[in-house]
Amino acid sequence: MSLSALTLQQASEKLRRREISSVELTEAVFQRISAADDKIHAYLTLARESALEQAKQADARRNSATQLSPLLGIPIAVKDNFLTRGVRTTCASKILGDFMPPYDATAIVKLHAAGAVIVGKTNLDEFAMGSSAENSAFHPTRNPWNLGRIPGGSSGGSAAAVAADECLAALGTDTGGSIRQPAACCGIVGLKPTYGRVSRYGIIAFASSMDQVGPMTKDVSDAACLLQVLAGHDPADSTSSIRSVPDYSAALNGDVKGICIGVPKEYFVSGIQPEVEKSVRAAVQELAKNGARIEEISLPHTEYAVAVYYVVATAEASSNLARYDGMRFGHRAEAKDLTETYMITRAEGFGAEVKRRIMLGTYVLSHGYYDAYYLKAQRVRTLIRRDFDNAFTHCDVIVTPTAPTTAFKLAEKTQDPLQMYLSDIYTISTNLAGLPALSLPCGFDNDNLPIGLQMIGKHFDEATLLRAAHAYEQATDWHKKTPTL
Amino acid sequence: MKLTRESVQRVATLARLRLTADEETALAGELDRILGYMDKLNDLDTSNVPVFAHSNDVSEILEKLRDDKVVNRPNTDILLANAPERDKTFFRVPKIIE
Repeated sequence: MSLSALTLQQASEKLRRREISSVELTEAVFQRISAADDKIHAYLTLARESALEQAKQADARRNSATQLSPLLGIPIAVKDNFLTRGVRTTCASKILGDFMPPYDATAIVKLHAAGAVIVGKTNLDEFAMGSSAENSAFHPTRNPWNLGRIPGGSSGGSAAAVAADECLAALGTDTGGSIRQPAACCGIVGLKPTYGRVSRYGIIAFASSMDQVGPMTKDVSDAACLLQVLAGHDPADSTSSIRSVPDYSAALNGDVKGICIGVPKEYFVSGIQPEVEKSVRAAVQELAKNGARIEEISLPHTEYAVAVYYVVATAEASSNLARYDGMRFGHRAEAKDLTETYMITRAEGFGAEVKRRIMLGTYVLSHGYYDAYYLKAQRVRTLIRRDFDNAFTHCDVIVTPTAPTTAFKLAEKTQDPLQMYLSDIYTISTNLAGLPALSLPCGFDNDNLPIGLQMIGKHFDEATLLRAAHAYEQATDWHKKTPTL
Repeated sequence: MKLTRESVQRVATLARLRLTADEETALAGELDRILGYMDKLNDLDTSNVPVFAHSNDVSEILEKLRDDKVVNRPNTDILLANAPERDKTFFRVPKIIE
């Protein structure tokens, strides 16, 4: 077995015992990338030289320091919407050109402080807008389980890189499901923390009231380990919480006895692939077998979530993306005057889906439509949040499918934006409500494509969420299955 | 309600996006369909529901705002390194006044 196939914590243990060095581990990851990435196309930029330098430093630090992070010397992939000083950052858009960030995102600062090795930057849907990674201005990424299928999106490159052992773990961002849906499609674990748990400073903004950074890993305990490093208040992000960060790994006691698991009836309606429903129902039974109390619940405003999301998210995006005007960085078109320069720069720089969302967002914020669309959606968002508040008065964790289907075929939904938006139907509500949620593998369909189980937790209760997910994982072996390339 | 090409053009101007005729036609149809889907929000009576403001307790956030002082003194060369055009220590931009 190649070293790159290890989980984060397996590798960390081998490093600690000096069975391997970080340089060996990092070399193994780059060998794997050379062998696999021609097929997968998970990465947009590789940082081989700086990664090997970081690995050397990690090995040196292990010999000199005493307080060592489990991430010391671990090769990690980063979605290309995190600013990385000295490493090209594109957001999979032409408008950023060969943008070289002048500073690191806080998540990257924390990885460096822990001694992690940054392997490179992974592909995504342009500006994190999409559910298939096909909206990248560079190339689509392929699903390691079946090269004809999408890896999910928008963090498709990070999910595929983890599944194909092209890194040990990865960072993603999730605004409407962009960590969890690709995690489900690629058979890995993806966690979107509570809004405010992890700093957003230095991630390229899409919809600021929902964007959140999270880990994408080979198993649940790796997710706990990585979240531990990422979580916490950041003075540079006024929306990051001052609440103390619990010990997530300590919460993983393998026990779900007495935990109340809610199963919302609105999540099992038409449009769900029968094998997905079957696997999720079986997972609920497995949790019951292990001592969890199962309760059918109702989240009555679920059917409005997609409509609310695509009003709010596009409104915020149209505002956030106004900064791409070709003046201070990125692409600039030649034109006769300033307004023309703006208009042509943006026309040339943005792809079709980004333009569509900017148009939609501008429309719902424009004079005469603001009340009817934007304010209306923000009121319904309150109702969606109240649904969860009610459910969590008696449940500890809510269990649902992560996505209505397994990974679809490339180009299957690119001509139908609304169908593509509906891929996020189960993940969107938690972003609207600001809740933590994760996806973990719970089975395979008849085409041997992974199925994702979504677990949603209470506000800032990632510990219980991870505990329930870990207990399920211990009772099953779905996470041990790996794709053959 | 049918979205016209004229309203697409009006929104494109607000968004500072130059669209081709083909893009305008395609977007008129696509946006019309998506906005039609969003109209389902009107099924709900929200007259007594407050507008969502923040998913966390805002008082918690107001307590911890940092002091308003410079902690990352700007480095002109680094900040100008990505400029499409620069002139000494300035961004060079198209003429604003004719």
